[in-house]
Amino acid sequence: MSVLTEVSIDTISQPANDHLHGDLLEISMGPHHPSTHGVFRMNIVLDGERVVKLKPVFGYLHRNHEKIAEHETYLGSMPYTDRLDYICSITNNWAYALAVEKLAGIPVPERAEYLRVITGELTRLQNHAGLIGFLLQDMGASGTPLMYAFREREKILDLFEALTGARMMCNYMRFGGCRRDLPSGWMEHAQKVVDGFPRFLDEFERLLRTNEILMARTQGVGIVTREQAINAGISGPMARASGVNYDLRKVDKYGIYDRFSFRVPLGEHGDVYDRYMMRLLEMRESLDILKQAMRDLPSGPIMDPNTKIRNFRPKAGEAYGRIESPKGELGFYLISDGGPNPYRYRVRPPSLINLTLLEQMCLGHNVSDVVIILGSVDIVLGEVDR
Amino acid sequence: MLGNGIIKGLAETARNFFGSYVDKERLTTVQFPEERLPQIEGTRDFPFLVYDGDDWEKGLRCVSCHICEKECPPKCIFIEKSKDKKPDAVGKLQFYPVRFDIDVSVCMSCQICVEVCPFDAIKMDVEFELSSDDRFGGLLHHKDKLAKSNEYYHKIHPTEAAAVDAALAEDREKEKEKQKQAAAAAAAAAAAKAAAAANPPPAAETNTDASSKEETK
Amino acid sequence: MNLEEIKSQIEANVPGCSLEIIPNASPSGQHSLLVDPEHALTVGSFLRDGASPRFDYCSNVTGVDWPLKETTAKQKTKKIVDGVEKEVEEAVKTSTGDYLEVVYHLFSLEDRQGPLVLRMRTGDRAERVHLPSLTPVWRSAEFQEREVYDLFGIVFDGHPDLRRLLMWEEFTDHPMRKDYVDPDDYEYEPTAHDEVLKRTQAHYAAQETPSGAEEAR
Repeated sequence: MSVLTEVSIDTISQPANDHLHGDLLEISMGPHHPSTHGVFRMNIVLDGERVVKLKPVFGYLHRNHEKIAEHETYLGSMPYTDRLDYICSITNNWAYALAVEKLAGIPVPERAEYLRVITGELTRLQNHAGLIGFLLQDMGASGTPLMYAFREREKILDLFEALTGARMMCNYMRFGGCRRDLPSGWMEHAQKVVDGFPRFLDEFERLLRTNEILMARTQGVGIVTREQAINAGISGPMARASGVNYDLRKVDKYGIYDRFSFRVPLGEHGDVYDRYMMRLLEMRESLDILKQAMRDLPSGPIMDPNTKIRNFRPKAGEAYGRIESPKGELGFYLISDGGPNPYRYRVRPPSLINLTLLEQMCLGHNVSDVVIILGSVDIVLGEVDR
Repeated sequence: MLGNGIIKGLAETARNFFGSYVDKERLTTVQFPEERLPQIEGTRDFPFLVYDGDDWEKGLRCVSCHICEKECPPKCIFIEKSKDKKPDAVGKLQFYPVRFDIDVSVCMSCQICVEVCPFDAIKMDVEFELSSDDRFGGLLHHKDKLAKSNEYYHKIHPTEAAAVDAALAEDREKEKEKQKQAAAAAAAAAAAKAAAAANPPPAAETNTDASSKEETK
Repeated sequence: MNLEEIKSQIEANVPGCSLEIIPNASPSGQHSLLVDPEHALTVGSFLRDGASPRFDYCSNVTGVDWPLKETTAKQKTKKIVDGVEKEVEEAVKTSTGDYLEVVYHLFSLEDRQGPLVLRMRTGDRAERVHLPSLTPVWRSAEFQEREVYDLFGIVFDGHPDLRRLLMWEEFTDHPMRKDYVDPDDYEYEPTAHDEVLKRTQAHYAAQETPSGAEEAR
């Protein structure tokens, strides 16, 4: 059905050469469109090439994850969280584990906290590497940057496979710790990957950072101001590109993030270029955290000995736990009624909420800019639609 | 100078292109079916059932306790428990699964069945080429397809399997010790009984014999 | 951040509003503030602009369904029976729920505090399901309130664009409600048990295909 409600030519600023003005065109972009990163659809009203109205349509990947979780045990929902943002399953696990630990008051041993930081930051590296590859692909740099980025990402996925058993559906965290300790030789392998990563970043920056075409395409496109970003609940790298100094690793200091020294990169324009740079800069900070965490990794248990895997029943109550996932603030809100499954299980999806300003960012730009603006938001439809 | 950034970028692609002839780091493509990467030890995909010894039907460790069936998040396991007991690999009488089906099209390889199994009977496989032209039955694996030997387990996950075997051996040792003690206690009790009764009835004698034999077995 | 303090701040600045602190027994200690719907918009604007700390960041908006729940508990009360005070055991019926709830998690970006949990409750679950939208205060609630409308059926008055978010527009029910009944979309369930098995059997009973019933066990 039509989303073209009450849009008339009167509401749009008329261009100067009135006699050339044609009809408005309504197009449906997606759900199967290579630029939408999944099954995401935008109904766009165009005036020539210019976007005058854009309505996102969600739900093509909706499976009611929250309802499924209400019928599962607490542990049983853990593998389903992998499938939310399927690029970074480990941070999803972490957010869920953190929320349950808040709900039931479970302590986490120190070594497990370090393992969480190491795997979590590796997840951020591979997410950002993949994202900038896709973003440049969307801009027309076909293949080359994406392949370079995926080459590096693959090394990190190999590390995940050796540690957790799966490249993407890691299912690694447990309430009160992690599932598996490091296998022998993992640390040396990881050290090699981390040491080799800056070379990739340098190469990548030389490849495109100062590229004139890229700058012309991205600078001043899709601007979000600081106030807009805060009011619309934008989080993660996208908010920081608009100058919002809000990184949950610094604010909440969840886990052991207060032990590491790292900086929070901030943008000032809030355009696509800033969002792109934010990812590049954050990867360098993640590498800093990784180096510190791998240096300080203590020995000890990786699971809280008092937490049972089966028949886990937290006391009645509720908790909201959130972490800084690579996409933004990923939160889990749980209500327990004392039973074996949660009474209410809610995911606060950063990808969905970061799309709130999509229409506003795209208005007045061309269709080709819509593609890169959407790419710079960094969405994964498994999380948007849940 | 305008175009500086483009030239810099092109230099980078050239470096990667020529580098791919000399540097293994820059040429990462593997021609899959002909060429394969070495198996990573921790890999998991679908569960299988471990059996000890040579005969898969006799040696299955599974005692069909239904724990994995209940804990499986997508409920892809179906177990039917036996009515009778059969001796397992070490000779202890146990229930066994008459049916053990895993619907691989539903399984999401989460490993929770492995974590909750108290008998180390179900483990994760690395076999991934399971495609079938039968959409339903071809992906429903029965226990004959699921049963794989302990040697196979050792082959795919050597470190893990060694740890599991050591733990199992320890458990069995303890179990044996317990049984020995119980048998000794039973024998002592029987002997005391026999001594107490001047003329013990022959039926009782054979009874105790049989039970102690079974226990020590 | 003290919830009592914020409550008295709001009470001083928003005349006539009634607030209630809902305690939370879990170790998280995130107690919440129940706001009456008539004043919610004013309370929201005050929290965003006037309160200290200013809660300018609305992170999470979600709904919770509380169907009517009747519990009978035995209570001992003292009563005067025939002029003599006696302790009498009485069954006291208490009913809770029968409303839909929407929960907002607010944070303060400047002072890095939070979460402040706001709740609003509808009159019942069928007719009086209108609540004021807080999207004019926090834009981040836009999609999330649409989602709550879609999945729980709470109608947000004052929302700029209240349509279904995840389900399609022709869909009529609200899937996240506790009494939602799944449609009979059975296809093939080789490993069905518990609820799924019941549904499978119900499906076959409805379809009356005895050949397939064997498969459903």
